[in-house]
Formats: sequence, structure tokens, C-alpha cells
Amino acid sequence: MAHIASIPVYKALGASPLPHADDQSAEVVIVGGGPVGLTLALDLAQKGRQVVVLSKLDFIPAGSKAICFAKRSLDIMDRLGVSKQMIEKGVVWNVGKVFHADLEEPLYQFDMLPVKGQKNPGFINLQQYYVEEYLIDALAEYPNVDLRCGHEVTGLAQNEDHAALTVSAAGAQYSIKGNWVVACDGSKSPLRQMLGLDFEGRIFEDNFLIADVKFTEERPSERWFWFDPPFNGAGSALLHKQPDDVWRLDFQLGWDIDREACIKPENVEPYVRGMIGDDVEFSEEWYSVYTFQCRRMRHFVHDRVIFAGDSAHLVSPFGARGCNGGIADADNLAWKLDLALRGEAGQSLIDSYNYEAIVTADENILNSTRSTDFMTPKSKVSQAFRDAVLELASKHAFARPFVNSGRLSTPVSYPRSMLNTLDQDHWDGGVAPGSPALDAALDDDWLLDLLGDEFVLMTNGGDARLDGARPVDLTSYQAADVAVERYGLPPGGAYLFRPDQYVAGRWHAPTNAKLEQALAAAKGNADHAVH
Amino acid sequence: MQCIDTSARISRPDDFYQMLIDAHQGLNDDDSMKLNAKLVLLLANQIGDMDILGQAIDLARECSSPGAEIAA
Repeated sequence: MAHIASIPVYKALGASPLPHADDQSAEVVIVGGGPVGLTLALDLAQKGRQVVVLSKLDFIPAGSKAICFAKRSLDIMDRLGVSKQMIEKGVVWNVGKVFHADLEEPLYQFDMLPVKGQKNPGFINLQQYYVEEYLIDALAEYPNVDLRCGHEVTGLAQNEDHAALTVSAAGAQYSIKGNWVVACDGSKSPLRQMLGLDFEGRIFEDNFLIADVKFTEERPSERWFWFDPPFNGAGSALLHKQPDDVWRLDFQLGWDIDREACIKPENVEPYVRGMIGDDVEFSEEWYSVYTFQCRRMRHFVHDRVIFAGDSAHLVSPFGARGCNGGIADADNLAWKLDLALRGEAGQSLIDSYNYEAIVTADENILNSTRSTDFMTPKSKVSQAFRDAVLELASKHAFARPFVNSGRLSTPVSYPRSMLNTLDQDHWDGGVAPGSPALDAALDDDWLLDLLGDEFVLMTNGGDARLDGARPVDLTSYQAADVAVERYGLPPGGAYLFRPDQYVAGRWHAPTNAKLEQALAAAKGNADHAVH
Repeated sequence: MQCIDTSARISRPDDFYQMLIDAHQGLNDDDSMKLNAKLVLLLANQIGDMDILGQAIDLARECSSPGAEIAA
């Protein structure tokens, strides 16, 4: 499929020619050229894997898509070398404010970077097409990745040690085998349908208008959310700043609406005017209406086909948990596929992706369902409680934490993952097994940069070493006190990090035997079962 | 785990009961429901203990009128 009339184009890429050889294969075939597929491709590229990406589009689409990239996604993109561009182009923000009715003062505000002194900000806003462009540019450096644009998957067959895809491109068909096929092909995932699989969960009966508009005005870089503002009788509204003087305005519309009529410029204008005032000149970037669902597949791993991102799980957009959740999948999966392909890990490590990505999806679905229930009460009594919270919150601090305008994406922990080695010592704080690394400055470096994408044994002096894990000794830095404190790491103690910078285990007095056992467990090779 | 205390703790029950009913004077059903919601939230925050709150919700559902559907 080449250009599609209904999809706006940000940048043409050109259709890729048919591949030469008839009998094609790759270690990993990624289906889908969105942010999840491209992130996974870049991660695998940097690990030296041989990858083919099949994207049915031959362009980077514009239109209203993801705009909020959370700190954890920026940390991941930093590891992959593309966060600098994203942050330079993006609008950095940490503070969100919530307003009610016609009150001028916010009811409530929150800070998405409560722990300061970290390399990356709490959030940036950036149009998804920029992220895709940066990832595609970065992939061009890797001859081991073949990005094929305008190549659409039309068939799928599972085999014992690979999956075979039929691909339609340039008016012809060819087939390609992948040791692993990763379906990053979006919410309507053709691969999911080819396997006869579906989602389970809830669909919400509500519609939202997204108006991406361009205007020039100085406003703070903050997320502003309104409950029942005077300019939208139907419910809530949201304002987000994007680069290039583009603003995302979001208005709740209710269920029974005429979707076509809602996006006509003459019908959108009163909403926009109500929010930004009558004296600001603005122009349309893209108007659309969406409904949403909070649903996921029951399993994400199906033999040699693995689902990641929207193909596997869907959430409401309030909370920025869609794209960020998909990037988390790519981050979780890349190193596991790499170890499996190198023969250092088996099916159990791939199965741990199924477990950990589902924990992530369930936390995202739980949070976004709760936000949606607060924003769109489903009964008279839930409406009464919602209104009670909002009225109490303007005067009483206790009610403010109940105000739910979207709980924004934060990294998900897996305290019960089979890859963890449980604490045997008493830890007062620090970062528990199954949680992502917390950044800290180390002289002129950042801890997350030093962790990179390998197994790392971080020590605070002492002589603990582990074959297969790169050593990082905090005592070799002048200013390591913040890191020592954040990890609660006593002298001689150690943390083992996974290649995705999650904590696998930690010890006050590590021994070789304990460390080796923990490394094996983190690769899914432990002889012990799930905790 | 702390247990909810269902012994009679309010010293002047008739006075309290009248306070509660009087608070709803002149309100329509929607505003009454909202007043109750505010009261629940204020009192729940005063209690502050999730175990006690959970037990209170369970007890309230158990004692709801016969024939009322109770979700499993």
C-alpha cells in the first residue's frame, strides 16, 4: 500500500523496492513502522541483530497522534541515542494543573519530576512524527536493519522455529521468515486478526474532539486540564503545548454525536475560541474525533509471533500511557530477543516478556480506566462523588489527591517477576528488584549513561565482580553521595542491573555464588520457579 | 488489622440523627446525593485507615435492602 488518501503525510519516504533473493529470512521481522516498531528495531540494531522492518506506509504520517513522552521513554531513547534531538525539539514540562468550572486558581497541581537531579525531564511534548523521523534517521546508520516502506503483510504461518510472512509490495508478493516476528502493527493489528485473536476489556461510551491548532501566544509549558469549564458544557477539556506553536486542545463531547459534523471547522471554532479567547489568531493543523477503549490481549506471546504496543493493549489517552506503554514493551523485549538469538537464554526469557509486559499493560489500563471513570461518571452516584470531590478540593487539601485528570505515565515495576532475585538483606529504601534504575549525577556523568544496555554490577567499593556483568564502582567517582543515598548502598554492597536498566537483585555482602545465580535468574535460566 | 467498631459510640444518637436529616433540608435529590458524597469523603478521610474503610463498605453492602443485587 502506498499513499492512502485519508492519512495526512508528514514526510514521504518512498516505496522500497522488492528484495532480491526469493527465499528471505531475518532474525527478527518487525511488522509496523510506528514508534514502537522503530524503537525495537533500533535497540536490536545496536545489539547487532539482523532485522527487517515492514511498514505498509511509504511515508511518515502526520495527524493527531501521541504527543507526550514520559521520562522513562526519554531514558530509553537516551540509551538508544535519540533523546537529545527529542528534548531539543520538544516542549519540556514537569507541572500539570487542574481547573474546575470558572475558578481561576487551579484546584490541584502535580510535578512529574518529584526527584530532582536527574538527566531527563519529567515529560516532553513532541509530535509523534518527529520521533519516527529521528528513529528512521538513526536506523539508517545500521546495515543490519532493512526498513521496507510500502510493504504490507498479507499472510502469516507459524512454524516450530520461525514464523513466515507473505508480503505484498510493488504489485508483487514475496515471503519472508523470521526467527521471531514482532507485531507492532497498531490497534487494528492485521497480524492479531490473522491469528484469530482479539482484545478483552472495556469500551467507553464517550467521544473526544482533538483540535491541533497553531497560534502564537506566551503561555507556561504546563498541562492544563479543566473539569466542567464554562466553554465546554459537555464535560472536560485539556490544553497541551507542542513544538512549532502547535497546541493540542481536547474536548469531551459525550456519546451521542455526529462525528462528521463535529470536525467541521465552523463547529470546532467555538470550542477553540472558548478556551483561548476571541482575540488570538489560530489556524487548523488537524481535527479529529476519537473514542477509546481500555483493553488488552490475553497473551502477548504466541509461539514465534510477539505483540507489542497498541496491537497488544489499548488505553484511554488521559495519562499518556499509550505510546509510552508501547516504548516500554520495546525496551523490555529487545534484550530478551537478543539473548535468545545468541543462545544465552531460552523460551523462559521470552515468556518473561509476556509476564512483564502484561503487568505494565494492566497497570496502564487500571490507571486509565480510573481516570476515565472519574472524568466520565457512569451513574448518578458516581457523578455525585465526582462533583463532591471537585467542590471540596478547592478548599480542602485532603480532597485534592482524589482529583483524577489522568495519572500520567510513570515506569512500571515488576516486584514478582521470575527474573528477580528477592532481597535477602534488610534494605531501608533504595531501588527494589524489578524496579527501573533511578538516575543520579556521578561527577560529570549520569548513572543511567553508565549503565548502558548491558548487565551491570554496581558496587560501592569492595571486591565483588561478576563474569558477564560490566562493573561500575561508585567509589571511583568523587561525587557519588547522591547515588549511594538513592540506592541505600552500604560499603561493599552491590546492585545487579539488567540490560533494560531494571534492578535484578541487590546484596549487602555479595558472594560469587549469589551473583552468578542472580545473573542466571535474570536471563530466565534459574532452576527455581516463579516466586 | 484493625476491626471496625460497631458498638454504639455516639452519645446523643437522636441529636446526631436530626443533624443529619436537617443537613438535607431544602435540597433536591441531586444536591442531597452530593452532600452525602461530601460527608462520606470527609469522614473517610478522618478515619484514614483502608482496612476500616473496606470493612465499612462491606458491612454497608451486606445490610442493604433484601432483594438488592449484590455483585460477587
